Amino acid sequence: MAIFLNKDSKVIVQGMTGATGMKHTKLMLGDGTNIVGGVNPRKAGTTVDFDGTEIPVFGTVAEAMKETGANVSVLFVPPAFAKAAVVEAIDAEIPLAVVITEGIAVHDSAAFYAYAVDKGNKTRLIGPNCPGLITPGQSNAGIIPGDITKPGRIGLVSKSGTLTYQMMYELRDLGFSSAVGIGGDPVIGTTHIDALAAFEADPDTDLIVMIGEIGGDAEERAADFIKANVTKPVVGYVAGFTAPEGKTMGHAGAIVSGSSGTAQAKKEALEAAGVKVGKTPTETAKLARAILAG
Amino acid sequence: MDLFEYQARDLFAKHGVPVLAGEVIDTPEAAREATERLGGKSVVKAQVKVGGRGKAGGVKLAATPDEAVARATDILGMDIKGHTVHKVMIAETAPEILEEYYVSYLLDRTNRTFLAMASVAGGMDIEEVAATTPEKLAKVPVDSNKGVDIVKAREIVALAQFPAEVAEKVAEVLVTLWDTFVAEDALLVEVNPLAKVASGDILALDGKVSLDENADFRQPGHEALEDKAAANPLEAAAKAKGLNYVKLEGEVGIIGNGAGLVMSTLDVVAYAGENHGGVKPANFLDIGGGASAEVMANGLEIILGDPDVKSVFVNVFGGITACDEVANGIVQALELLKSKGEEVTKPLVVRLDGNNAELGRKILSDANHPLVQRVDTMDGAADKAAELAAAK
Repeated sequence: MAIFLNKDSKVIVQGMTGATGMKHTKLMLGDGTNIVGGVNPRKAGTTVDFDGTEIPVFGTVAEAMKETGANVSVLFVPPAFAKAAVVEAIDAEIPLAVVITEGIAVHDSAAFYAYAVDKGNKTRLIGPNCPGLITPGQSNAGIIPGDITKPGRIGLVSKSGTLTYQMMYELRDLGFSSAVGIGGDPVIGTTHIDALAAFEADPDTDLIVMIGEIGGDAEERAADFIKANVTKPVVGYVAGFTAPEGKTMGHAGAIVSGSSGTAQAKKEALEAAGVKVGKTPTETAKLARAILAG
Repeated sequence: MDLFEYQARDLFAKHGVPVLAGEVIDTPEAAREATERLGGKSVVKAQVKVGGRGKAGGVKLAATPDEAVARATDILGMDIKGHTVHKVMIAETAPEILEEYYVSYLLDRTNRTFLAMASVAGGMDIEEVAATTPEKLAKVPVDSNKGVDIVKAREIVALAQFPAEVAEKVAEVLVTLWDTFVAEDALLVEVNPLAKVASGDILALDGKVSLDENADFRQPGHEALEDKAAANPLEAAAKAKGLNYVKLEGEVGIIGNGAGLVMSTLDVVAYAGENHGGVKPANFLDIGGGASAEVMANGLEIILGDPDVKSVFVNVFGGITACDEVANGIVQALELLKSKGEEVTKPLVVRLDGNNAELGRKILSDANHPLVQRVDTMDGAADKAAELAAAK
């Protein structure tokens, strides 16, 4: 099962022919991802060779979907062109668009998010500014290293890429059903709540690890959701207790504004919802282990 | 990036929001000519990025050019809530103010949309209005693809219950303010107060603007708005090298890859510091994904140039980037610094995990640099770095 992505996913890459797109398409193929095409209007009709695998390039997302039956797009399009590329994916009604691009202007991400909603939410957006998602042993849509861990029964949702990798590594012997990096921008498509709901419904997930960080109130809202809707055990981690007020900490959305968005408030909200919250990533992994050991 | 009032005023003027004339100066003597240009009287306004400057004595009327010089002399150099005043705006005096309103647009992260806020109770702290009389603050979602035209603006004005005689004028301001918000890629545009003056006109008398730095690629004018003088010199040096760095107040220098991992590293070091005399992280520094030797050297150079730093913690999880490359980067960075005559004198604790960690650790062991210690867990390495900082 897993969430959002599995062995039957047919993946296209928007921006495949750029340097980053090439590098990660090769890695995704290596992880067993069924990549069926790339999109680049200027190179339509050509193919790109990845160690003997010929991947066709299409002019548009719609054409790629028509020709290949693709149902997932991973976007490595530079920030200046990202909005147009996401809008194209939404217009083509591809079920899942994973926006890896970092540094997209908020007016652009707010616009394509609103556009997706207007179009009836036919396209699930993940990101932007995210590492994508992986269902180990089945498919990898993004830049999460495929060799950290193996298939298992832990679900992971995280705002941060490297903390995703760290947590997968800490629990690598147990394995993961799916790991979803939702991104650290102020406006993102898929939220903690969306992933929590999907993991709750996924028969192959026994426990959920949720990683948050300073800024906004997504973790607090996720805590409310967990209290009301999640029966599976959830273990949490929040980064940024030492972050000063008013400073952006790497991610565009990671900022404490006045008294809102603090790590302490998020931790307290999660604990009030029955989530065990670790002080460090290692301690968080231990909490998950203890629960799974019963 | 938050702007000064005078910069906000300039952007408002550029997009048709009605403002009073004004210019910014940084010497008292310049206040004379600026005031003469305004017809002989002015308001001298401290330019600081903090609220409450009026109460702090940072806004004064000047009835003559001489008086403007005297007031500018008083205000320049003044400390307002920890902010030193380096510039003042010499502004046109406002006609008699009859009413003070509030209008703004901002990003509503929770609902992933933009929000218009408007109130007839302006001139005071809007958070206080929201807390004490929330019924006086209208909050209206704005679809970013539809924006605010005059029809939408009238809806906002009606919801905020502006009096009929100003409604249309306020609606017009809301349209121009939206134009400012979009054209400048702002995260916040706020006018407080938006004043109704004796002539019946509506004027933006003070404003706040915050800009999205991710939009700099299409906003070539924004770089000039940066307050380079106020930036911490280490932060400025890091920015010039394209590094994501924030100066903090502790003693343990931090280098890591990935924003989340670095934030987490700061926390783990602070916890470890509780057992080592309360030492804390000295900075946030994310060197990002493929950390080349050059990027590592640039990072180390910034950290080692911070006199507060007593030890350094390099915390890297090899994802796509292999740890052997990172280890080579560290070794080469140390050599690079040595060749530049900037020999490392502070102890480094390095933790490498993930992709090719064993190989990376071996490279560090073989290099056998006297100041570099390897600790293979994040919590253990944080403890060691804190211990070394406390011992210095």
